[in-house]
Amino acid sequence: MNDFSVHLPILQVVIPLLAAPFCFILRKEAVVSVFTVLVGFACFAISMDLLAQVIDGDVLVYELGDWARPWGIEYRIDILNALLLVVVSSMAAVVFIAGPGQARRAIPEGRGYLFYSAALLTLTGLLGVTITGDVFNVFVFLEISSLSSYILIALGRSRRALMAAFSYLIMGTIGATFLLIGIGLMYQMTGTLNMVDMTERLRDAEQTRTIFVALAFVVVGISVKLAVFPLHQWLPNAYSFSPPLVSAFLASTATKVAYYLLIRFCLGLFGLTLVFEVVEIDVLLLPLSVMAMFVGSIAAIYQRDFKRLLAYSSIAQVGYMTLGLSLASEAGVAAGLIHVFNHALMKGALFLVAACVTWRMGGTRLDAMKGLGRRMPVTMAAMVVGGLALVGVPGTVGFVSKWALVSAALEKDAYLLGFLVMASSLLALVYVWKLVEIVYFQEPETGIERREPPLRLLVPTWILAGASIYFGVFSDFAVDVASRAAAQIFAAGM
Amino acid sequence: MMQLVAHWNYFAVIILMMVGLYIAISRGNLVKKVMGMNIFQTSVILLYVSMGKVSGGTAPILIEGRDDIIYSNPVPHVLMLTAIVVGVASTALGLALVVRIRESYGTVEEDEIVALDRAEDEREFSGEAG
Repeated sequence: MNDFSVHLPILQVVIPLLAAPFCFILRKEAVVSVFTVLVGFACFAISMDLLAQVIDGDVLVYELGDWARPWGIEYRIDILNALLLVVVSSMAAVVFIAGPGQARRAIPEGRGYLFYSAALLTLTGLLGVTITGDVFNVFVFLEISSLSSYILIALGRSRRALMAAFSYLIMGTIGATFLLIGIGLMYQMTGTLNMVDMTERLRDAEQTRTIFVALAFVVVGISVKLAVFPLHQWLPNAYSFSPPLVSAFLASTATKVAYYLLIRFCLGLFGLTLVFEVVEIDVLLLPLSVMAMFVGSIAAIYQRDFKRLLAYSSIAQVGYMTLGLSLASEAGVAAGLIHVFNHALMKGALFLVAACVTWRMGGTRLDAMKGLGRRMPVTMAAMVVGGLALVGVPGTVGFVSKWALVSAALEKDAYLLGFLVMASSLLALVYVWKLVEIVYFQEPETGIERREPPLRLLVPTWILAGASIYFGVFSDFAVDVASRAAAQIFAAGM
Repeated sequence: MMQLVAHWNYFAVIILMMVGLYIAISRGNLVKKVMGMNIFQTSVILLYVSMGKVSGGTAPILIEGRDDIIYSNPVPHVLMLTAIVVGVASTALGLALVVRIRESYGTVEEDEIVALDRAEDEREFSGEAG
């Protein structure tokens, strides 16, 4: 047993990786869908165990094939990785429950297992990016997750999903290639690909133009994946035309992993001094985050489609996360990480509500959602919970992260920033109220027959909605883990 | 001037990179976009491969009893094997998507696709008003 638990870090990635082709053997969609849920929960269990192992500050190192660094690739898990692993795998596990019947219209009958295969590969890539301690490995896993997520997005019902996937493919590939260029330049300066060695050597290296250019390429490349304003153009289409379940999965995991990468590269590899004192990326990142908060929220107000509204709100939420990072303080990064966890919960819940609406109405256009509050009350209650969390009402997770963010801003004497965070929350109130108004106060056009979606959709939706309240009331878990992660990376990054 | 000549490989990389990026951004034809993206990725392969070259170095094959040989760095070359695979996969997926787009829109020109989408939007919303 002891022997087995040593290999958990690699199992975290290998299980979903091997499960993906295994779907081809199982074939029958009913079997495959149960199988993916099991894989999802296995990953979740492993990530919880890993988090428990590292939470006290130990760093878990796993050498692949027993090759020590610098020869081999090592997986390196500290609190930051472990937190992200938990977020990604828990979201995958919950979202996979709603799997059956998702891509029916896009995939010919009997080929449903391909959908699960692609979903598992995306999960593999995201977990791999998070767990690995080798910068080139990061690129490879990033491309695994991206390529399979383009496929998932292209499975959307309307033909626009194809165009959305295509533009995401072009932008995503350019972003990943930027990251690759940056990694190449870093390799040129340090002669190593291992993160620990690279960190040491970058601290000692002379601050030449090569390093500055590497930083620029890396940050821009990751920002494309993270959808930092103004590099967010791919996101609204990708999230609104993909199958609703895919949006739920990607919205709650993919951008979070990109945020992890940004923190890992900026604070871990390049180091606080270089990034925030020599190059001062906060001069750029801070205004962009604030603009994302406002532009995203204002654009969300004017949308005529539920999923598109959520997509624009995601851009605003990414703004909160990058704002946390650009404060360049421990509290700021902790606030960003708390928001990663919390936003995954609430956006996951809301996109699953969109999946329920699609199941009932065949689409998510807002004018078709009139009076849904009476037609599917249980689902719509979950939407209200998610919406309140987006606004940041006390008692929901949104409040916890906004509180952390505002206090981090005040700690830096940035009163204006604190005010701007609150002001943008008011904008969120506008679009959430718009939803509530349509759903509860407008007359349904086609009768008020009450019919809820099947349990396989309703249960995961309420797991996430419930978690948005639970972790809003008992916020210790997220706050504690995120502050420890931030403290650890700051201690290592000095 | 000497610097220019000495670093000619980097200039080749930069020119290729910009050509690829420009095509990927400016062309309306989706196939050309994919090709531009591919040129962009290929330029990075060149960047890595020329990075591993040590002047006077030879292929890193160890010869017994000879320690006076200078070897090139094989690591960047090996990395690029993976990058080539990634490049092939994303190009193939991009082209496959273009085929699907062509099947459902009947065109691979971005402006025509945007026009088709817009016409669809207008039909939908004017249908509501009437």
